Amino acid sequence: MNMADRKIRILVAKPGLDGHDRGAKIVALALRDAGMEVVYSGLHQTLEQILQTAIQEAVDVIGLSIMSGAHIPICQQLLEMMKEQGIEDIRVVVGGVIPSRDVPELKEMGIQGVFPGGTPFDEITKSITSLLM
Amino acid sequence: MGVAKYIKDEKDAVKEVIYQSGIRVKPVYGPKDLAEVGFDYQSDLGDPGEYPFTRSLHPQGYRSRAWTTRQYTGFGTPAETNKRFKYMISHGQTGLNVAFDLPTQMGFDSDNPRAMGEVGRVGMAVDSLRDFEIAFDGIPLDRIGSGLTINAVATIMLAMYQAMAEKFGYPKERISATPQNDILKEMIGRGAWIFPVEPAVRLVGDTIEYAVKELPRCNPVSICGYHIRESGATPAQEIACALEIARAYIEDVKARGMEPAEFVGRFSFNLNVYGNLWEQIAKFRAARKLWAKMLKDEFGVREKKKLFFRGLFGGGGSGLTKQQPENNIIRSAYYALGAALSGAQTTALCSFDEAYTIPTPRAALLSLRTLEILMEEVGLRDTVDPLAGSYFVETLTRQMQEKILEEMKKIQDMGGMIHAVATGSIQRIVAEQAYEFERGLQTGEYIKVGLNKYTDGSEEHPEVELHEYNEQWAKKQIDSLKELRRIRNNTEVSQLLKQLEKDIRDEKNVMPCLVKCCRVYATVGEMAGVFREVFGEWDEPSIF
Repeated sequence: MNMADRKIRILVAKPGLDGHDRGAKIVALALRDAGMEVVYSGLHQTLEQILQTAIQEAVDVIGLSIMSGAHIPICQQLLEMMKEQGIEDIRVVVGGVIPSRDVPELKEMGIQGVFPGGTPFDEITKSITSLLM
Repeated sequence: MGVAKYIKDEKDAVKEVIYQSGIRVKPVYGPKDLAEVGFDYQSDLGDPGEYPFTRSLHPQGYRSRAWTTRQYTGFGTPAETNKRFKYMISHGQTGLNVAFDLPTQMGFDSDNPRAMGEVGRVGMAVDSLRDFEIAFDGIPLDRIGSGLTINAVATIMLAMYQAMAEKFGYPKERISATPQNDILKEMIGRGAWIFPVEPAVRLVGDTIEYAVKELPRCNPVSICGYHIRESGATPAQEIACALEIARAYIEDVKARGMEPAEFVGRFSFNLNVYGNLWEQIAKFRAARKLWAKMLKDEFGVREKKKLFFRGLFGGGGSGLTKQQPENNIIRSAYYALGAALSGAQTTALCSFDEAYTIPTPRAALLSLRTLEILMEEVGLRDTVDPLAGSYFVETLTRQMQEKILEEMKKIQDMGGMIHAVATGSIQRIVAEQAYEFERGLQTGEYIKVGLNKYTDGSEEHPEVELHEYNEQWAKKQIDSLKELRRIRNNTEVSQLLKQLEKDIRDEKNVMPCLVKCCRVYATVGEMAGVFREVFGEWDEPSIF
């Protein structure tokens, strides 16, 4: 399908126990203003819950927001679960407190966009849009 | 992260200055400005130590007592945390502020599948009294007070602190603990909530009621504008939210038949210092005054000491940047200056590496030294409220007071804080404000050095020594928990947990039973599990 024909649907999700959601919320607002359809998961989501929402809402992209430092194990596990469920076509990006030394490892495992805190909104939007071209 | 808007003319001269709270600042202030806002020394300021305490809570300010320094500390196992506590105390720190890991904050034991990857990560892991016995070993609990940064399960941690202190031979009357215990702000900002709004507020009420009766030196609640500001609120909204949250807790305890005068003296506040220096100073001065006025006029509190707006004014983490991290050392020093000029009783700073990591010992010590330099070298102890009488500061304090009252009125018009939180109305305002600031930073409307001005191109790879998360800590913690479950008296534990459930259902104060549960080494997950069973979990309102 040509993505230009419809709006990109993205799930902004907060996995795990961390409750710092300022970043997730402002990015959700920015993506919405950029014309995407944004679903926000709310806090304290398990990965099962996130995938369930992603399937229910038929999203193109899952955007994880992780501030606790646990981004590597969380991303790893999510990607494995997606593989098991045969939904690898949903793209996964991640934002939050992410040291630059971890970016290559995240990309390597299959995360398609890494947006550490402070990444300009238009960079995030363009990057997500290009994933679906 | 915004500071203030500076609108400039074509020659780069500053034409307009607009603070985040919406106040426009003039280039020059004089006696006419004071007259215009109707400034009156007695009713607006009063002498230091006198109502309405705008100038200070104490007649001599820092001359009689310097501020308490309380760096936020905790990571890994209780044993690791105990080492860092002792390190900070040996370097002059005068209080503790305990950081708990997320599973503990969310009422899960370390071996719960939902705790995976998080044990000991952002604070210390606590499963039972045994962990407190290790963490506080050798700390003089009658001299060193502890802030416990815990909210949804604050009842459990306060009970555990009492059980631990008694075990070490300190009578409960002599210990001083301040559990953060502000669940409404968790629902607005920090997100470590578990139970629905009403039972969650009831638990706050239980700790207040219990502390008034049983723990004379404990402050059962620390109302946090801090995290609401971190989440995006303006300084005026920060104070307005804090005061309206306080009102919600007062109403809860009042409804139990207690007089506000019996318990409001135990409230303390945790507020944020970052952004424009003058706006911060005016904010704190106005806050002291508004709290005293609110208690006196609306709740009939008379006794002077019970009108004190006591608090920790701490350097704001969201003011710090990942870019050029050493700049954060300088920024934090100015935040501390703002706190000192505002008459903070207690203070703490985020460390310069905190945008990356849990502070290393070196960074934590640097924060402490920054605070010590202000008190010992720079002259902040010389005289009380040194800015009093400034045409600008006094005008601004009055204007700030009006802005805070406007924001409080908005919350009241939403049906009060409990309703505003339950419906998500307040969360929506804060999120939109955060978005506005972030856009302002990205367009350069708000200036942040090293981030959107004076960037040097090298900020991608700063030299920050990272605190390492040790996977072994989780394993150690889980092993120790499993051993505990084997050796404790499990019959006693399950009997007391049943009693706890009964007390909750009978709407009794949960604290006495929790102390008993802690004494027999019931775990945090078990006790919180009983609450989960009875109360269920909060269904967060959607704000989009």
